Amino acid sequence: MLSQDLTTIMPEIILSLFAMGALLAAVYTVKDKAAPLLVWITSGLFVALAFWIATTGEGTTTAFSGMFVDDAFSRFAKVAILLAAAAVLVMSQDYMAKRDLLRFEYPILIALSVVGMMMMVSAGDLMSLYMGLELQSLALYVVASLRRDSIKSTEAGLKYFVLGALSSGLLLYGASLTYGFAGTTSFAGIIEATDGGVSLGLLFGLVFMTTGFAFKVSAAPFHMWTPDVYEGSPTPVTAFFATAPKIAAMALFARVMHDAFGRSVDDWQQIVAFLSVLSMFIGGIAAIGQTDIKRLMAYSSIAHMGFALMGLAAGTAFGVQAMLVYLVIYVAMNIGTFAFILSMEKDGMPVTNIASLQMYSKREPLKALAMLILLFSLAGVPPMLGFFGKFYVLKAAYDAGLGWLAVAGVVASVIGAFYYLRIVFFMYFGSEQDVQLDRNGSPVLWGFLVASAAVMILGVVNLFGIEPLAEAASLALVN
Amino acid sequence: MIGLEHYLTVAAALFVIGIFGLFLNRKNVIILLMSIELMLLAVNINFVAFSSYLGDLAGQVFTLFVLTVAAAEAAIGLAILVCFFRNRGTIDVEDVNVMKG
Repeated sequence: MLSQDLTTIMPEIILSLFAMGALLAAVYTVKDKAAPLLVWITSGLFVALAFWIATTGEGTTTAFSGMFVDDAFSRFAKVAILLAAAAVLVMSQDYMAKRDLLRFEYPILIALSVVGMMMMVSAGDLMSLYMGLELQSLALYVVASLRRDSIKSTEAGLKYFVLGALSSGLLLYGASLTYGFAGTTSFAGIIEATDGGVSLGLLFGLVFMTTGFAFKVSAAPFHMWTPDVYEGSPTPVTAFFATAPKIAAMALFARVMHDAFGRSVDDWQQIVAFLSVLSMFIGGIAAIGQTDIKRLMAYSSIAHMGFALMGLAAGTAFGVQAMLVYLVIYVAMNIGTFAFILSMEKDGMPVTNIASLQMYSKREPLKALAMLILLFSLAGVPPMLGFFGKFYVLKAAYDAGLGWLAVAGVVASVIGAFYYLRIVFFMYFGSEQDVQLDRNGSPVLWGFLVASAAVMILGVVNLFGIEPLAEAASLALVN
Repeated sequence: MIGLEHYLTVAAALFVIGIFGLFLNRKNVIILLMSIELMLLAVNINFVAFSSYLGDLAGQVFTLFVLTVAAAEAAIGLAILVCFFRNRGTIDVEDVNVMKG
């Protein structure tokens, strides 16, 4: 059966072999001169693999005696992760080259973390879950401190490392308790063990693992690392943190909750609902006082994760579907927003101060308009796609009998709208400032910004057909 | 007779010491790394104890994976710490405060 197992994980094998081969080749030849080429090759490979996974995968196959699961859910998440990573990689090229940051390790580390994420979403066992999670996290700790001569970047890396390791430790402690009280590490075995109710030991394991996941998806009250890491890391890295790892961590969360504890929804529903409410409110309220747009995006991502968790808290197949649709929309919005943030500079230096956007619409009306659409969408204003994402999760929560959660979500999104609209206010009605952003803009960033804004409007027609795909994915997970 | 409970108690105690080490420590970042290591090793005791109690090898296999990852994690942590020290000239926890969060 080995050859069949290997066929199932072929995309992961290709990607990891590519990462190792590229590392060796670059070290022994031209080193950093290979970086621009490697960025293009890596993102090309991501897109090719995404295309391959999307077109060839069928049904549910398991490999290595259930350790690795290839089903519609994992394929959906993998395609989203690969495409998001490819987009961020292409966007970061210009920014990093300008700041002398474009080292050849960057695309390789991103490729390794993507392998980790693909393992995470396909995990069918606590062991493969842990290995995937660590492969992803270890690569990301290094990327966070990529600018190694800057205090902020190394401090971000250090904070991310310490809190990330703490969360891995909590998750692992939960995994050990789950193993002990279920007698097995495979999700299929754990769900059997929860048949006649969850024992106290398993409940402890579940709670510890949930805590670990909450850290990884940066849900309140385990969100403290997010603003600092987002602010300190180089902006392209922040853009990466805000996209692909979020999908992976949420998909992993959903997989463990449904595959391993799917018969005891009542036991974890309250915890996830609590995380969701807290994230939505803390993300919305703490973002109001921010002056740095990267910190603001950090709080925005905390709030958005709260909404995605609302879909998970519903505990139904429709809830998972809503969560997946929400995540894809969120990532599409974030790619555009970060394309804009990456293009914010003054005399060639990156600027992240929100005040520098005062009266931006006068100088760059088109870019300001695209950003306006994205910000409206992030806030969830009706004609944009972001509204439909929110509508989906609210409906899922309401259908599952969590009316209070849906009401809290509406209140939180109104609070959250304030700080997005504040940026719009600055751009259109602010006062004239002497700090003015350069009128530059690489065509790549401009393209991503406009494409993302266009998606937010055109997607209203049929969500580009991701709805039936997300439905198939959720049905593969919840049954 | 030393039973499963004793091992679990020791592991839980070590784990809690590790967590407290992370949060109460105001001195040195190296101590943070040691606390993280302590947490992971406490988990290993749990795994081995359960594995022996259940007569199931999976727990010991898991332990080997955890040990390997812990080594990689320590290497990366120290590397980031060295970079931080070069920029800041100190590794006091109180000085990890350029950004407030």
